[in-house]
Amino acid sequence: MHQYLYLIPALPLLGFLILSLAGKHLHKRVIAWIGAGTIGAAALITILLGIEFLQSPPASGAYTQLLWNWFSAGQLSVAVSITADALTLVFIFVITFVGALIHIYSTAFMRRDRDYARFFASMNLFVCSMLVLVMADNLVLLYLGWEGVGLCSYLLIGFWYETPANCHAANKAFYITRIGDTAMAIGLFLLFKELGSLHIATIIEQAPKHFEAGDTHITLIALLLLAGGIGKSAQLPLQTWLPDAMAGPSPVSALIHAATMVTAGVYLIARMHTLFQLSPVSMTVVAVIGALTLFIAGCSAMVQTDIKRILAYSTISQIGYMFLALGVGAWSAAIFHFFTHAFFKALLFLAAGAVIEALHHEHNIFKMGGLKNSMRVVFLTFLAGAASLAALPLVTAGFFSKDPILWYAWGAANGNPFLWILAIAGAFITAFYSTRLMLVVFWGERKTPVGDHPGKWMTVPLVILGIGSVAAGFIEWPHNLVHFTLFSEQVQKVLPAVVLKQNLPSELIFQGIAALVTFAGLYTGYVLYYSNKGILEGWRQSAALLAIRNFLLGGWGFDDLYHALFVQPFLFITRINKKDVFDRLYNGIAQANININRLLSLTQNGSLRWYIAGVLLGILFIITMQLL
Amino acid sequence: MPSFTVHTVLIVSAVLFVLGLIGVLTRKNVIFMLISVEIMLNAAGLAFVAAGAKWQQPDGQVMFLFILAMAAAEVSIGLALVLQIYHQHKTLDVENITALKDEAVDEMV
Repeated sequence: MHQYLYLIPALPLLGFLILSLAGKHLHKRVIAWIGAGTIGAAALITILLGIEFLQSPPASGAYTQLLWNWFSAGQLSVAVSITADALTLVFIFVITFVGALIHIYSTAFMRRDRDYARFFASMNLFVCSMLVLVMADNLVLLYLGWEGVGLCSYLLIGFWYETPANCHAANKAFYITRIGDTAMAIGLFLLFKELGSLHIATIIEQAPKHFEAGDTHITLIALLLLAGGIGKSAQLPLQTWLPDAMAGPSPVSALIHAATMVTAGVYLIARMHTLFQLSPVSMTVVAVIGALTLFIAGCSAMVQTDIKRILAYSTISQIGYMFLALGVGAWSAAIFHFFTHAFFKALLFLAAGAVIEALHHEHNIFKMGGLKNSMRVVFLTFLAGAASLAALPLVTAGFFSKDPILWYAWGAANGNPFLWILAIAGAFITAFYSTRLMLVVFWGERKTPVGDHPGKWMTVPLVILGIGSVAAGFIEWPHNLVHFTLFSEQVQKVLPAVVLKQNLPSELIFQGIAALVTFAGLYTGYVLYYSNKGILEGWRQSAALLAIRNFLLGGWGFDDLYHALFVQPFLFITRINKKDVFDRLYNGIAQANININRLLSLTQNGSLRWYIAGVLLGILFIITMQLL
Repeated sequence: MPSFTVHTVLIVSAVLFVLGLIGVLTRKNVIFMLISVEIMLNAAGLAFVAAGAKWQQPDGQVMFLFILAMAAAEVSIGLALVLQIYHQHKTLDVENITALKDEAVDEMV
């Protein structure tokens, strides 16, 4: 199968080309087949490739295909060359498999939209860009995919462009990720200056020889790359775009949050792990950013009322866990959390999309309720997703991936108790807001009548993802419970194993605490939103608590802070520069033209007699000139 | 056959031209304006013929034939336009036919 490696990104690209060039003339059924079919075929190839990889691993640990030489200038030569090792395969699998399910769901979800072809064209390009990003064997090609992902997120967040708020959200996503991209580009320049190559394998090999550990250059490079990752993965302090990105259709949110875009930062750091390992400072920064983000975003998720914003903040929080794991050096734990997160987060967004559609585009969870019996399939799958998000012990994928991260936050060589406390607080919060979401949406009395029920093209992907949300965890057990660690065995061929501290207490204690905290979160949610709602009513009376709630609801005031720090000064500068000398010169020229125009248009008064007199005067003038 | 001096003919032609011009400038009705234009054209033709007679050359008469043909064409187009104007505006008074006026002029004045 590995000779067909190039087809994995090429098929979505083909779908994009067909749909964008000829989409207007195609029937919706054909568009659906092309849009979802290309991704499905890519997923099929990926699965076959994965089986081949597991059965007979390539000698070098990676399949590589050189497609063509892109350009060469001086000592820089960039090839369009794709490669797939264990790390990449995990990403390709999630991108194509989850992506295909999202596409299948979208064929039904978007059925009434008149821009059906444009939607699938953008989605296909999105998947293609992400595949290029993870399969690139050099950083220039990776950057191409990186920018492609940014472009497609802009196109899809602003998909319903007739509403100004959606365009604003799309612009915001584009600008804020651009800050990170710029930093990353500078990082790439520095890397090239130092090592003379942007080929990933060469960098991984050369970096430990070229740099000493803790060198300022390598720290600077690592931090710049990290800034790129922060922008794309919506981590502190560039996280503000993701909640607003909910303006796009629900499948887009699912694609952005699960398979593409926000996990790009995790991939970049994992791929460049050698650089980060050489710089302990940057590792600490990654871990601290991750821990703070997971806590801050989790707190905001607790008080949101828009179902998609809750999920958006929970994504930021879960990516925070991945960053935390990367920062403490638990590389494979981070990738494993990405793997399980993709299933349950895609599921949650798609199920939320089904709920929103059924309730006539109602986003507010407090206007939902009582859907437990009327939307059975959505309820059961959503339950699987939410349980996985809450990391219910032993029965959900989320537990198997989050538990090691909690353990390594303390136990890994870079870990420390403060990170662990933030992570465990995050686990409590996650369990709490998952319970709140479930109880408010699916229990209680019905507040909005149910309209359309999702068809089979929407429920089948939900069920598959629901099974994934439960079962995806079973390929990697905590090694002290059951010795079955298929996932980390494979990933550790590429990424280094985690280094533990000496003389740690037993891992089982930590797992017990994590499980207890999860149950405590569940119970708190149950008490506050089901059994004893009076407590919340009491809290609503207190002005201080309400102020805290509004502070969290607005995402810790980051939007206002950035508005005051960057937007206002910029607007101020533009305002005072509005009347400088140059503008006056150009405005003067424009004004003079306008005045002359007015003067001349006086002559065009519509009176035929006036025109004849004008002609006569002209003739007289010419004759007089001739005589003189 | 009475003989005219070129001078006299040219004066007559000039008088005709000025009469036509005054007609164009003062008449309100488009058809009368067209007739006035015809008079001006014929005045020009008369001047050509007189000049041809003076220099004993056929060119003046050739030019007159040109003017005749041109006047015929002009009248046919002009009358067609007059018909259209009447269809659209229900009037032939040039004072009332000001559709080509620049709207901006009103705003400024």
